Amino acid sequence: MDIVYTLWLRSVKRYTRSKSRMVGSLGMPVFLLLVLGFGLNSVVAIPGMEQGYIGFIIPGIISMSVLFTSVFAGIQIIWDKQFGFLKETLVAPVSRLEIMLGQTFGGATTALIQGLMIFVLSLLIGLEISSIPGFLIAIVFMMLIGISFTAFGIAIASRMEDMHGFQLIMNFVIFPIFGLSGALFPIESLPGWVRYLTLLDPLTYGVEGIRYGLLGSSHIDPAICFVILSGFTILMVGFGSYLFRKISI
Amino acid sequence: MKMSAITVKDLTKKFGDFTAVNNLSFDIEKGEVFGLLGPNGAGKSTTMAMLSTMLKPSSGQAWVNGYDILRNEDEVRKSIGIVFQDPSLDEELTAYENMDFHARLYRIPKNERQKKITELLKLVELDEKKDNLVKTYSGGMRRRLEIARGLLHEPKVLFLDEPTLGLDPQTRNHLWDYIHRLNQEKGITIILTTHYMEEADKLCHRIAIIDKGQIIALDTSEKLKNDIGGDIITIVSSEKDNLYSVVESLPGINNIEVHDSSITIGLHNAEKHVAQIVNMASESGVPIDSISIHKPTLEDVFLHFTGRTIREEEATGKEQMRMMQRSRK
Ligand SMILES: Nc1ncnc2c1ncn2[C@@H]1O[C@H](COP(=O)(O)OP(=O)(O)OP(=O)(O)O)[C@@H](O)[C@H]1O
Ligand SMILES: [Mg+2]
Repeated sequence: MDIVYTLWLRSVKRYTRSKSRMVGSLGMPVFLLLVLGFGLNSVVAIPGMEQGYIGFIIPGIISMSVLFTSVFAGIQIIWDKQFGFLKETLVAPVSRLEIMLGQTFGGATTALIQGLMIFVLSLLIGLEISSIPGFLIAIVFMMLIGISFTAFGIAIASRMEDMHGFQLIMNFVIFPIFGLSGALFPIESLPGWVRYLTLLDPLTYGVEGIRYGLLGSSHIDPAICFVILSGFTILMVGFGSYLFRKISI
Repeated sequence: MKMSAITVKDLTKKFGDFTAVNNLSFDIEKGEVFGLLGPNGAGKSTTMAMLSTMLKPSSGQAWVNGYDILRNEDEVRKSIGIVFQDPSLDEELTAYENMDFHARLYRIPKNERQKKITELLKLVELDEKKDNLVKTYSGGMRRRLEIARGLLHEPKVLFLDEPTLGLDPQTRNHLWDYIHRLNQEKGITIILTTHYMEEADKLCHRIAIIDKGQIIALDTSEKLKNDIGGDIITIVSSEKDNLYSVVESLPGINNIEVHDSSITIGLHNAEKHVAQIVNMASESGVPIDSISIHKPTLEDVFLHFTGRTIREEEATGKEQMRMMQRSRK
């Protein structure tokens, strides 16, 4: 546990130190929130959504922020590889599982902070949360998204030599995951086959879970969301640690 | 269980068809400073990587501090401290934080951590800058920090892979002093790689000269130099083959070798024979461009065993790359 904490501490320290990254990665979500939210608020009406379209996409934008931050946090292992720091960790008498878990929780924590920042911004532009327990539920879902996708990032980073493949992963994996998640549109309104894709996307359950927590209603039962997302998280942590164990430098 | 600090037996590493380390065998005693000297690509770092459990050997065995590197990875890791050839610090953290991270990773109890870190940072004279981010450090400061970090958990064996590569002569001397003192005062066994002759000469009790993955000579620096036969006369001449046949007959020669642009003659009391050689050459009409005498160095030993000089110019190129890499951020 000490080792996991050590790795976690390092991630968080590095994160809180790079203010520019912190603010920089808020840019895109805030942009989407304002442009889509205010731009479409009067045009789009979502049935059963009291807070309008902007209320509808806030959980989506929060998920997006958590998703991107956590994948990026995982992939940062490549930097450690290139700048040599990874060797320092790997040559120590500690298990790779501990290292991987520390990195994962560290990344998930930074992602959660990033998500909470969007949440605070949303309060400023008028979001009304349904209840405090609901807010806590939303936090649990943010954590699950953070952990699973940091682990996913670590899995990818374990197989990548340098950052060249990063764009590829962003464009062909992460953006589709975000786009298909029902973060920006209600799942119900989709044609049948796209809806199936949406239901295959793990992030969907995160978005819906957060939506339930913050707004008090969602299309998918939050209990189902929790079970599926937890399962996905366990799978990703297993997958990430398996690949990380075989990382070579 | 073996009693030596390190025992290596037929250690081999292949990358595909290429054999980087070829059947290495040697023994390092406790408290010894042992040097692996060789040109770029000789297989020094690969050997270090295998001994520090970072790389699996293709065949062969090795024990570090009595523990099998294959079967007892964790114990080996606990026994060693390592300074890698390439930088391995977290530049976004301060020196103190880098040390603290290491201390926690090696499970040094909380109450000792701070004291030990401060003590070591003082030793390498970084105490005053301990709260500065490592990215603001110079190459020499980083190297000293890496050495301090490698010592934090009091390893029995310290691995230093090119510890002074890319440092200025002054810092280099400084580091040599530390390394020497560490060995003297704490009795730490040290295995270091280098392609600086002077470094090997000054620090190491015994030196293994390694080339193309194989040990070509292993002894004390003294013995290695003596074994190539007294002093060395180097003669540069455009007709070196003719020169060779002229001086061949000179009495008292221990060995004579023809190289790319010169001839080297190994013999005792060289001063006394120089005049004679010059006379013999001019009598036979063989021109001599230059002639020099020196006491043998490890460079001569290397030349003697491999027929090549250790390619320091390549090393310089690599150093520059390394320095560039370090200042990239
Ligand atoms: N992972 C690898 N895959 C393929 N070849 C490798 C690998 N690592 C090292 N080599 C090769 O093995 C040889 C020995 O490399 P090594 O790094 O051990 O040399 P070295 O003696 O440390 O040289 P230097 O003085 O440049 O550090 C080199 O020819 C190198 O190209
Ligand atoms: Mg090397």
